[in-house]
Amino acid sequence: MCLAIPAKIMTKNGNLAQVDFGEAVLREVNVSLVEAKVGDYVLVHAGYAIQVLDEQEALETLRLWNEILQAEA
Amino acid sequence: MIEKLKFRDAKLASRIVNKIRGTVENERTIKICHVCGTHEYTITHYGIRTLLPSNVEVIAGPGCPVCIVPASEVDEAVELAKRDIVVTCFGDVLRVPGSEMSLLDAKAQGADVRVVYSLTDAIKMAQAEENKEFVFFAVGFETTSPSTAFEIANKPPENLSFLVSHRLIPPAMKLLAEMEDLGLDGFIAPGHVSTIIGLKPYEVFPKTYRIPTIIAGFEPIDILMSVYMILRQQKRHAPKLENEYMRAVHPEGNMKAQELMNRAFDVIDSNWRGLGTIPTSRFLLKGEYRSCDANLKYGVKIERGIDIQQGCKCHLVVVGKTKPTDCPLFMKRCTPENPIGACMVSNEGTCRIWARITIPYSLPASPI
Repeated sequence: MCLAIPAKIMTKNGNLAQVDFGEAVLREVNVSLVEAKVGDYVLVHAGYAIQVLDEQEALETLRLWNEILQAEA
Repeated sequence: MIEKLKFRDAKLASRIVNKIRGTVENERTIKICHVCGTHEYTITHYGIRTLLPSNVEVIAGPGCPVCIVPASEVDEAVELAKRDIVVTCFGDVLRVPGSEMSLLDAKAQGADVRVVYSLTDAIKMAQAEENKEFVFFAVGFETTSPSTAFEIANKPPENLSFLVSHRLIPPAMKLLAEMEDLGLDGFIAPGHVSTIIGLKPYEVFPKTYRIPTIIAGFEPIDILMSVYMILRQQKRHAPKLENEYMRAVHPEGNMKAQELMNRAFDVIDSNWRGLGTIPTSRFLLKGEYRSCDANLKYGVKIERGIDIQQGCKCHLVVVGKTKPTDCPLFMKRCTPENPIGACMVSNEGTCRIWARITIPYSLPASPI
């Protein structure tokens, strides 16, 4: 049940935002639990955004993976 | 973003699997436990277990909130539904067995039970039908609890109250860490719970229990990477807490959500289906929100129910001591269409996932 799906905030009106889950799936979700602006990617769980996805951290993950895989175990 | 980083890249997966194989030195069994139904889905769906050396075992802990809600709380929801109160719940809660019946059975007998995608839907229904009483059966871990806390703190409609069954994951992980017969060598910690609670609640596992703990994302590469990170820590005899899912999990978690949960809930000891009482593991509405508490509003409190039906092994499946395929009822009497045990109900339940995806558990390791 802890499934959360990434979505992009298209428009925002107070606590509510229209988000795009991709492949033309749009839905209104509550964004009051996060500090997010239009254009941000958020994780949506049961109609509420629970966290903002960080693109820089995502790129950093890739770098970290490479570093870990190159190092000796 | 996902496409860009190739979280499902076969070459990268192969590279990690080779590193994993190079790290496992002897035949000692290494047991890694995750506590999230979505992790179990990724692991089973992508056949991750078939890629690992035979002595590296990944087991599923109590990571499905629907599986561990005790029958007594389902019985309370059923009791309310029978009293002409509209009971709203998430789809996977509908068929969780109570002592005698599920909410779906109650619905079949004429009760008004409605599935909602989100708590927001229940609020809209209560607003639209002011002449009816509504209850939201709030099931879920820390990922779900903030939305309940938010709505309770923001004055929900007077004809809507809450049956709060929210539970906390770290106390259950502590229970697993202390099970000597389980003998865990690593935890894959639940990524989405962690987006809310952050890193701190997991520090105890490497520090006190010497168990490597990796907070992991939900793509196949995330899981493989976290298995490798655990094995690396094991080899170095240096257990620590690492965050593999840093694109979503910030060290401090979601402070706003934590604040709301602190404002709305007290934490109490509670029964988990199949696991018994776990200390400080359940949210209870605080005194000032009594008017929202369905137990108090309608005077419904059922202390004991029948959690495990005869022959069912859910109590062992839920802690990874028994595989679903070793349960005598699995896909015989207990099927997704007619679940006997709670683990066969939700898409996050271990038995339900294994029922849908028929990758044999013990395939020989593939030669990549």
